[in-house]
Amino acid sequence: MLLIRCPYCGERAEVEFSNGGEAHIDRPRDPMSLTDEEWAQYLYMRDNPKGLIAERWRHAHGCNRFFNAIRDTRTDRFVVTYEIGQPRPEVTPEQAAEAAR
Amino acid sequence: MERFSALSLARKALGGHLGWKPQWRSVEQPKKAYDIIIVGGGGHGLGAAYYLAKQHGLRNIAVIERGWLAGGNTARNTTIIRSNYLFDESSSYYEHSLKLWENLSQELNYNVMFSQRGCLMVAHTVHDVQVFKRHVHANRLNGIDNEWLSAEEAKEFCPPLNISPNIRYPVLGASLQRRAGTARHDAVAWGFARAASDMGVDIIENCEVTGINRGPDGAVTGVETTKGTVNAKKVAVSAAGHSSVVLEMAGIRLPLQSNPLQALVSEPVKPAFPTIVMSNTIHAYISQSDKGEMVIGAGTDSYVSYTQRGGLHIPAETLAAICELFPMFRRLRMMRSWGGITDNTPDRSPITAKTSVPGLYVNCGWGTGGFKATPGAANLFAWTIAKNEPHPINAPFTIERFRDGVMIDEAAAAAVAH
Repeated sequence: MLLIRCPYCGERAEVEFSNGGEAHIDRPRDPMSLTDEEWAQYLYMRDNPKGLIAERWRHAHGCNRFFNAIRDTRTDRFVVTYEIGQPRPEVTPEQAAEAAR
Repeated sequence: MERFSALSLARKALGGHLGWKPQWRSVEQPKKAYDIIIVGGGGHGLGAAYYLAKQHGLRNIAVIERGWLAGGNTARNTTIIRSNYLFDESSSYYEHSLKLWENLSQELNYNVMFSQRGCLMVAHTVHDVQVFKRHVHANRLNGIDNEWLSAEEAKEFCPPLNISPNIRYPVLGASLQRRAGTARHDAVAWGFARAASDMGVDIIENCEVTGINRGPDGAVTGVETTKGTVNAKKVAVSAAGHSSVVLEMAGIRLPLQSNPLQALVSEPVKPAFPTIVMSNTIHAYISQSDKGEMVIGAGTDSYVSYTQRGGLHIPAETLAAICELFPMFRRLRMMRSWGGITDNTPDRSPITAKTSVPGLYVNCGWGTGGFKATPGAANLFAWTIAKNEPHPINAPFTIERFRDGVMIDEAAAAAVAH
């Protein structure tokens, strides 16, 4: 079970959270102007990286707030969790190496 | 290829089982070029090579595998085979596969231990009852066997089942596909490998594809691997949980999320469980292997991961359900658990199709239920590669269905149990 640091509540067990999929996907401002291809990209096509991923989590059995996290999908180690609305933080090579360990 | 028969087995037995030869050629170094490269040496990839050679007369083929033969999801699933899917598109795909399973041991001259012991899908709520009855009717309209059993009839078919009204989610009935069953996962891969190798297919293990090469016109020219460049006009990717990683090398983005799916087996016991039982609602599914272990499928971890393991709370939840449904297993000890990386599409249906890159084909998105489709998917993937167009059965299973909105929504049948 993962230990996840909620930016609002601190470290909690994974069972308190639900995963919200890829982070930083903005709903198109004007959906009607999109082509089918662009709409499909928005709705269905996802980054599925073997390595660092930016993803959303919701502290469902806690503060119930969404936040974002960067995690290495090869090890499931978190690099950082951060509040919704913040840009994706830069990951230093040291942090990346630690997460890949 | 040395053919197996009662006589050949008896002869080897009398000879003290000395003199068995390797069942397929081990190819260390790939040739410079092939007609077709298949990326991924699991059941689907090896099967595709077999059918390309057998049915389409194409024999200059390499199967390139990053690890060892059939060491990924082929070795990690719970070997359930059934075809009782809801929609016409899926049921005809899975039924095509089930029909191939029924003759696979004879066709390959290799015992894949296909055992049609039936698959009981247990209903616990009014909604379950309605959904499963709908499946039964849809299947029967498509000529696929599936029948509805009352709780008592289900218990008669599977005596360990607890149909007491006093449990948290009482059993209200079940659907039963009698032709469903299990098979020996390794034997399927080995059988395909042996038959394909015999027809000239090169199987190269411990060789990772690191890039997909394309010519000035955009068409595929081959792959880069850890054992050097290998050229081919057609590259077919059958890489399960790693499909996104491989196709990204050609700039293709897929509607896939890779999640760990866990399974576990108990200590081996005497034959005690006659069938396969699946419960989507309380999430349990179980069958007994020929070795005697209870093979139990747990759930999917919710996050993207390539770790081939998952959280312990996932199998713990499944075991709670197993103990309630089958109280006699409460003191059974679990021996091993593991995870496989499943590639899940938004509609829980697979993709077996051409891609936007000429010469590049993909068979992926089998999610949590690819094993049952092994011969069917291999057979239709081979057709698609050989003819450069899909077979009518797999024609709906494109990547473009997500753009065009013609999804095959099998979430009800496939999102949980396999």
